[in-house]
Amino acid sequence: MRIEIRWHGRGGQGAVTASEIVAAAAILEGKNALAFPEFGAERRGAPVRAYTRITDESEMARTPIVSPNIVVILDPSLITPSYVEGLKENGCVVANAPEDPKDLAEKLKLKEGLGLRVATVDATSIALKWLRVPIVNTAILGSLIKATGIVKLDTVTNLVKERFPGRIGEANASAVKDAYESTKVEDLE
Amino acid sequence: MASLGIVKEVKRPKPLSTNSAIAYATKDLDVDVVSAYPITPQTTVVEKIADFIANGELDAEMIHVESEHSALSAAIGAAATGARTFTATASQGLALMHEILHIASGMRTPIVMSVAMRALSAPISIWNDHSDVMNARDSSWIIYFVSSAQEAYDTIIQAFKLAEDSEILLPVMVSYDGYVMSHTIEPVITEERDDVLKFAPKRPFSYRLDPDKPVTMGPIADPNWFYEIKYQQVIAMEKALVKAREIDEEFKKTFGRGYGIYECFMCDDAEALIVAKTSYATTLKTILPRMWEKGYKVGLLRLRLYRPFPVEDFKNILDKVNAILVIDRAISYGAPLQGPLAMEFSSLISREDLNLNLTSVVAGIGQRRMIDSDFENLVKLAWESRTKKFDKTIFYGVRT
Amino acid sequence: MSSELPGASELVIGGIITKPGNSLEYKTGDWRVLKPVIDQEKCVRCRLCWIYCPDAAIIEVEEEYTNKKGRKYKISYKVNYDYCKGCGICAEECPVNAIEMVPEYEKKR
Repeated sequence: MRIEIRWHGRGGQGAVTASEIVAAAAILEGKNALAFPEFGAERRGAPVRAYTRITDESEMARTPIVSPNIVVILDPSLITPSYVEGLKENGCVVANAPEDPKDLAEKLKLKEGLGLRVATVDATSIALKWLRVPIVNTAILGSLIKATGIVKLDTVTNLVKERFPGRIGEANASAVKDAYESTKVEDLE
Repeated sequence: MASLGIVKEVKRPKPLSTNSAIAYATKDLDVDVVSAYPITPQTTVVEKIADFIANGELDAEMIHVESEHSALSAAIGAAATGARTFTATASQGLALMHEILHIASGMRTPIVMSVAMRALSAPISIWNDHSDVMNARDSSWIIYFVSSAQEAYDTIIQAFKLAEDSEILLPVMVSYDGYVMSHTIEPVITEERDDVLKFAPKRPFSYRLDPDKPVTMGPIADPNWFYEIKYQQVIAMEKALVKAREIDEEFKKTFGRGYGIYECFMCDDAEALIVAKTSYATTLKTILPRMWEKGYKVGLLRLRLYRPFPVEDFKNILDKVNAILVIDRAISYGAPLQGPLAMEFSSLISREDLNLNLTSVVAGIGQRRMIDSDFENLVKLAWESRTKKFDKTIFYGVRT
Repeated sequence: MSSELPGASELVIGGIITKPGNSLEYKTGDWRVLKPVIDQEKCVRCRLCWIYCPDAAIIEVEEEYTNKKGRKYKISYKVNYDYCKGCGICAEECPVNAIEMVPEYEKKR
């Protein structure tokens, strides 16, 4: 097993933190995992890219992921075909988008018959509802778990509470669960 | 213990970056003094240590200084009193320490320093290559290159035991890739402080600053004395080669993890070898098995202990192959081979009269992107170099 | 000469000096070309030479002295010629010109 996730967001949305939480959850669930950002664009609003690699092998490559199994897009402005470049067959796209998965697939020019799965969630609204700021990373985690089951919901909500102690953690955990429940998933047959 | 039917509880790994793993190691080693100045990508090491001190998990003195020059100077002072002393830096910080590096080793202060390797300016680059540490290789510090956060944690522990050994008393640098490792979250098993301190107990040094028994450290040495005192460092380095291996073996017995002083991966029946270190070595370990399936019998010689250089081991390894390709992530401008590590292997080949081709490759300067296919290209190049000689250093991936 | 000195394995590491105050054994008096001579008659016991001497080679001794005008001093200043390098700072600083720098070998002639 080797699952590679590529995260696209904008500085300040928490893509790097999200990539780390997924790796941390996988590690706590007994898998081998690593997470790292594409470094250098640590500026609010600039496009940011991060990676998570999960495997049951002992050795893990430390190279940037060019053919991901999963692409997560945290910002609606980044929904263009260039951001799903290299997506593998039977892969999955999870996006912060208010539209239906079918419409998203069209925007991203995803082909049918490759076993692709598309999931959408209005993470911005969820983040504003629970956190009152448009930091969508925790919401998108719920969506990713719903679409892929890559890690357990409980592991992630516990990690989120640990990472952001107190009320903020509770609110973020609620955002994760809310997104988990409101995510729309569609397989492109 | 297994024979008694007592199985140690399986330890669960923590998700940590290499920087955090190093901070955990200093906590578990109960360091007394940390003197450091922040620099990207090292900063989070010292931030995490500051957390430990603030939380009361570590009882250490954190000395805030105004530069790396002062950071290492203060560390020398602390170590001279017999305190277990740690510092951390990167890039320009290591360059600014350069003068003091030689003083730390010359005064035989057993400081351990982690280096999150980063390119040297100019132009300004905050990204990873190995220019900083390669620039410091003749400073009489013991130098390790580690390849994972776990190995970083384990090596910091080994490093203190080695540095503080009365036969050695040399400072140790534990270096790893900035960002690519420093900021990457991965599984790390940490050990109990009691176990760590049992493995690496604090020992009072024979000579230290003590008001009841005064000594003078770092005096002037005229031409009648200086040479002998530097020669002592030559001998200490030679002893460190033996000691480092022993300490790693003892570490493996104690904690179940060992690395050797180098690693040879898929070396049996290999016809060519790639010499690599840090993250490139880890990546190559995922590339090589599939290249063997395609018929490229190329192994990996992973450099771990760089100073002292494991000459005899490398001689025996090189003797069995037709070619080696040495990846350098620093440039020795104007040198016969511009890859500094390639030059060292070249001198080893000539010293031992070995018969094989050496290819010098410079790559990943300023963290130029290297993806899996680039490593496959280097494996193919290593394979090709068995029968083809590349005289000049190859600057892989540069736009000429 | 160096062959008579101890080798690397016999020396304390790092050039550490384990015997404190051993600079006393190293007498620097023979570096001198000019030596300071204090005129006890002119000296007003201001202590400036003692303060300025970079080698602590001016010594304060409990030796009474009464000058021609009848002024009585309880202490006197002397030069420790074992360590005085003859730099002349004391003579330069003396406010009453009580210190004269005299060629080291002049008196032998």
